Amino acid sequence: MVKVFGSGDHALRALDDVSLTIETGEFFTLLGPSGCGKTTLLRCIAGFETPTAGAILLSGRDFTAEPPNRRPVNTVFQSYALFPHLTVAQNIGFGLEMLGRPRAEVAATVERMLALVKLEAFAGRRPQQLSGGQQQRVALARALAPAPQVLLLDEPLSALDLKLRKEMQGELKRLQHETGITFVFVTHDQEEALTMSDRIGVMSEGRLLQIGAPREIYNHPVNRFVADFIGETNFLRGRVAQDGLYLATGERVGAAPPSGARIGEATLAVRPEQVRLEGPGDPGSLSARVTQTVYFGTDTHCHLHLADGTEIIARLQSPPSGDVGLAPGAEVGVRFAEGALQVLGD
Amino acid sequence: MGGAEAARSRERARTGWLLSAPALVLLLVAASGPLLIVLVYSFLAPGQYGNVVWQFSLDGWFQVFLQRDIFDGTVGPADAHLTIFWRSVKLSILTTLITFALGLPTAWFIATRPPDRRAMWLFLITIPFWTNLLIRTFAIMEVIRNEGLLNNLLIGLGIIGQPVQIVFTETAVLIGMAYVYLPLMVLPLFAAIDRFDFRMIEAGYDLYASRWQVLRRVILPIIRPGIVAGSILVFVPSLGAYVTPRVLGGGKQMMIGNFIELQFGQGRNWPLGAALSMLLLAIVMVALLVYVRATTREERDG
Ligand SMILES: Nc1ncnc2c1ncn2[C@@H]1O[C@H](COP(=O)(O)OP(=O)(O)OP(=O)(O)O)[C@@H](O)[C@H]1O
Ligand SMILES: [Mg+2]
Repeated sequence: MVKVFGSGDHALRALDDVSLTIETGEFFTLLGPSGCGKTTLLRCIAGFETPTAGAILLSGRDFTAEPPNRRPVNTVFQSYALFPHLTVAQNIGFGLEMLGRPRAEVAATVERMLALVKLEAFAGRRPQQLSGGQQQRVALARALAPAPQVLLLDEPLSALDLKLRKEMQGELKRLQHETGITFVFVTHDQEEALTMSDRIGVMSEGRLLQIGAPREIYNHPVNRFVADFIGETNFLRGRVAQDGLYLATGERVGAAPPSGARIGEATLAVRPEQVRLEGPGDPGSLSARVTQTVYFGTDTHCHLHLADGTEIIARLQSPPSGDVGLAPGAEVGVRFAEGALQVLGD
Repeated sequence: MGGAEAARSRERARTGWLLSAPALVLLLVAASGPLLIVLVYSFLAPGQYGNVVWQFSLDGWFQVFLQRDIFDGTVGPADAHLTIFWRSVKLSILTTLITFALGLPTAWFIATRPPDRRAMWLFLITIPFWTNLLIRTFAIMEVIRNEGLLNNLLIGLGIIGQPVQIVFTETAVLIGMAYVYLPLMVLPLFAAIDRFDFRMIEAGYDLYASRWQVLRRVILPIIRPGIVAGSILVFVPSLGAYVTPRVLGGGKQMMIGNFIELQFGQGRNWPLGAALSMLLLAIVMVALLVYVRATTREERDG
């Protein structure tokens, strides 16, 4: 699918050849930096934008030309967009009413939805009289009430404080589990994506760079962008050879190259928690100098300066005393955990 | 609330009254004073050459609704008066509806322009206000009279053979009033639409509403304060309109305003004029009450 805004010199490819299959009942997350096209992709699925090229199929049926009100898809808007002139109950019942469902059925479903999001006591209130978290749950209930095949959620948690956000993340997972509805969730918070999703699609500049399960994306990022965007990563200039992985400076740092990796120069990546520190000069370790340690509570980040000038970070578990005992300037040996080095495309 | 706090809030209330006293006195004298005089006049007897004689009489109010036959002295409803009341209310309601039908798309159009263009469009909307009402009304006359722009154009195009009589009909008055009061509808509607969150429309479509349902169930209820304000601003002055029915109605399509003027002028029946004025005020009050109730019911329902 392609989506171009504007034309001529001002044309902007908001979606560049995006192709994606989402399974029924899946919790799928679109992850990417601001402006990468997540909302645009969601709006195409909802029907608010028409793709410049390509098609949108739902259970095999082509919905590309259908207007939003004829798609079995509901959206939880980033700003909630609750109707200010209706009560919480009327907001939740709106979709079913527009579908022409009988009054009794609407009332029953509204009851059920209010219970699901634990807002029974607020049925008669107006959205303006609710807190942010409560509004968010109304928006969720309103979108779930018509039992859509797909629920689209555009950064629904971004306006909430950290504690409420954690709570709502759990609640969203529970709701998805209970209803069995396919969720397409948009976020630019990588931790949120990793903890909640069945699969993640990482986007950048209108392109889908990688699709995969959280573990796969985290441990086997396809390129530098994905590795950098998801979690923290150390990048090393290196070389892939028949018999192992080498740094540009010549040291051998890893065993047999992962299958499929191209022989030759490459960028190697390693997560900070996979960097092990040893005594200086231990056989097989790289020599490095500590430049700074930063205490994070459970972890301590140790900034290291390798012999060739590369800066890397090692994440160490903080000892009971809270002090890892590495003063700036200390000489250490560095080793990477077995299989922790990733070879990146570019 | 503590005692000290209560005293402070009483003190604040007193200061508030003191500060607004000059304005309140002015309002009382300038607004209620004349109104009181009119009310008193409506219960006096007419003088020979206008004015009133200080003698209690209910004739003014009697004549508003009823008339005594000159020959046999029987009392019957004052049909001519009732026709005028009915015409006033009917034309005012129609004017309100027409200005709403024209004003809503106009206000919508302006509110959806880029912000830097809106000021210009609003300015254009208010331009007619810069010209004297009488002159504007005569200009309308020039357009719709038998040898006017519209008829000549239609005849020139061969659509009609004879000029259509518009001037001096209710239609002419309606056209004139709709033209004159349109800006009063557009401005509050624009203010309401400008505040309207357009994402509501997408939310409506997303929840299976058709275009019509989005308009009826989402847009109109949300911009309702603007609709109410615009309707009041158009309806109230329409009801008391004087110049437009006078010029375009040509004395035949009299409305309450013209009828009141008649009593204070040639009619030389000031008590009747005063009673009519009070009646007009009453109708306006009732209309406002209906509007206010309509708006607050909305709130109470929630
Ligand atoms: N209606 C539009 N007209 C022109 N350009 C648009 C339009 N909507 C979006 N864009 C552009 O398309 C690109 C993708 O926008 P989109 O809203 O999809 O980003 P996003 O990934 O949702 O970002 P964010 O995380 O900030 O919400 C942006 O460069 C944006 O400026
Ligand atoms: Mg977005």
